[in-house]
Amino acid sequence: MTWQKLREIIDDVKEKFQENVEREIYVEKKIAKIIVKKESIIEVARYLRDTHRFDHVKGVTGVDLSRLKEGGGPYIELLYHLGSLEDQELDDVILNLSVMLDIENPIVSSLCSIWPSVELHEREVYDMLGVIFNGHPKLERILLPEYWMDIPPLRKEYKVPGRE
Amino acid sequence: MMLEEKKKIEVYDMGGPRLTFSYGPQHPGTGHFRMTVTVSGDTIVDLEPDPGFVHRGKEKMAEYKTWITNIPHLERPAILDAAGMVIPYCLTVEKLMEVEIPERAKYLRTIVAELDRIASHLYWFSLYGVFLGHTTMFLWCVNDREFILDLSQLITGQRFTHAYYIPGGVRNDAPKQVPKELIKEFKYYYSRMIGREPSQEELSEDFKKYVLAVAHFMELRLDHYYEMFFNSEIFLERVRNIGVLKREDAIRLGVTGTTLRASGVKYDTRVNDPYDAYPFLNFEIPVRDEGDCYARAMVGYQEIRESLKIIRQAVEQMPEGPFKLKQHPLVIKVPKGEAVGRAEAARGEILYYIVSDGTDKPYRLRMITPSFRLLPALKHLTVGARLADIPPIYWSLNYWPVEADR
Repeated sequence: MTWQKLREIIDDVKEKFQENVEREIYVEKKIAKIIVKKESIIEVARYLRDTHRFDHVKGVTGVDLSRLKEGGGPYIELLYHLGSLEDQELDDVILNLSVMLDIENPIVSSLCSIWPSVELHEREVYDMLGVIFNGHPKLERILLPEYWMDIPPLRKEYKVPGRE
Repeated sequence: MMLEEKKKIEVYDMGGPRLTFSYGPQHPGTGHFRMTVTVSGDTIVDLEPDPGFVHRGKEKMAEYKTWITNIPHLERPAILDAAGMVIPYCLTVEKLMEVEIPERAKYLRTIVAELDRIASHLYWFSLYGVFLGHTTMFLWCVNDREFILDLSQLITGQRFTHAYYIPGGVRNDAPKQVPKELIKEFKYYYSRMIGREPSQEELSEDFKKYVLAVAHFMELRLDHYYEMFFNSEIFLERVRNIGVLKREDAIRLGVTGTTLRASGVKYDTRVNDPYDAYPFLNFEIPVRDEGDCYARAMVGYQEIRESLKIIRQAVEQMPEGPFKLKQHPLVIKVPKGEAVGRAEAARGEILYYIVSDGTDKPYRLRMITPSFRLLPALKHLTVGARLADIPPIYWSLNYWPVEADR
């Protein structure tokens, strides 16, 4: 039932934001993802929060797509895993709001003003993949040591010492 | 500073300077985790959580290991709750492989997951007790946990970090018989703790009857815990109306697990997004509205009762049959694609996002653990509180540094 509702939400977002939605991936029980343009992420996020009651973010994931053979490219994909605690109909689904960033210059607006729960998750993505979040209140290292000088470790070009 | 609005701070200082110091990482009360605390008098003016002391790079490590060899190391973030860590991984990989596991495997997974939940909660209460000056709670919980771990060992072969779950089922079946030594030990401990000998039926060597006996024993012990700890003035004075997390704050900060349910939100992945054998079983989700340290402890306490209920039903309803799809070789290939999977670990909802490129290793594995999601709440609750309230607030959240750092 709720997966159908998720389908309707995705269609609604597509209709509202037209060309700002690049594409969507919807495989029932597996993944539901909307990929939006970088410039419009704040508007889409605000719309999802206010209209569709996605009230918290479970986590933020960054994926370095540069070595992915199919569908890859010089991008970092950023995913916000959204959920709703208030809306009973949405409690068994996760909507992924995604944005593609250029790997050479990964800068995006922070969503801290929309969902305060993303603050530490965005710091982690900054730490692990070097994504810069504009407007983040405290963009500092969180898991890595403060003296870390190497490239961000979850980038594919980072090799774990002794493993390769 | 966090983005959230700062709480109104009542400062009890006499015009003296503010003091900033490190609470941890070596302090036994925090685990391997530091809080930079600023106090004025004994009121906390600012608190900055600083995780990362036990960061082991699980997500990077997962890209170097195969789908099967990932299992043992992914359960390390919370060794007592190995089931909670690995079940969502297996669920996600099964989504990618598009397989459905056998019925018996579902029940076995559920039983071990609930045993781990009980073991993890008992360990939580033992530390909760000892840091509020209640050493008896520590000793009781750790002792009783022994029989839960023995049960895990009987089923999985290991007391914890079982590496029991594989994509497609579980590694081995539950035994039919229980060793005599274990029955003897159980009889001795039961009569010492409960004050009478267990009945002849409870001393049976039949596996099913033994599980029911241990569940019954734990239930009797929970009554003792309530009288001795949860209803004792020493505990109540430290936790009542301390660290109140309102419902709207809990939702805004995105917390999970017992913390969320103690703030009046009925949200449990076992019911919302059911997996394994949970849809076939009958149990309640404990919820409380107060949102204070006491409510968080009591939700965990009630969860142990519900877990025992689940184990009892699961053991009785468990069907015969295969317990895995097939014997996997050490190297399997998972079809291309991406999937999100989640489950309810002892500390809350745990989420995996996995990208597969069709090879024998994950292209990207993202693990979002419940403890990491509790950090904003830790800051929110401690700012404005007294310094002496840090231990009850910290332990009531059931925050586990290793799990947060991964």
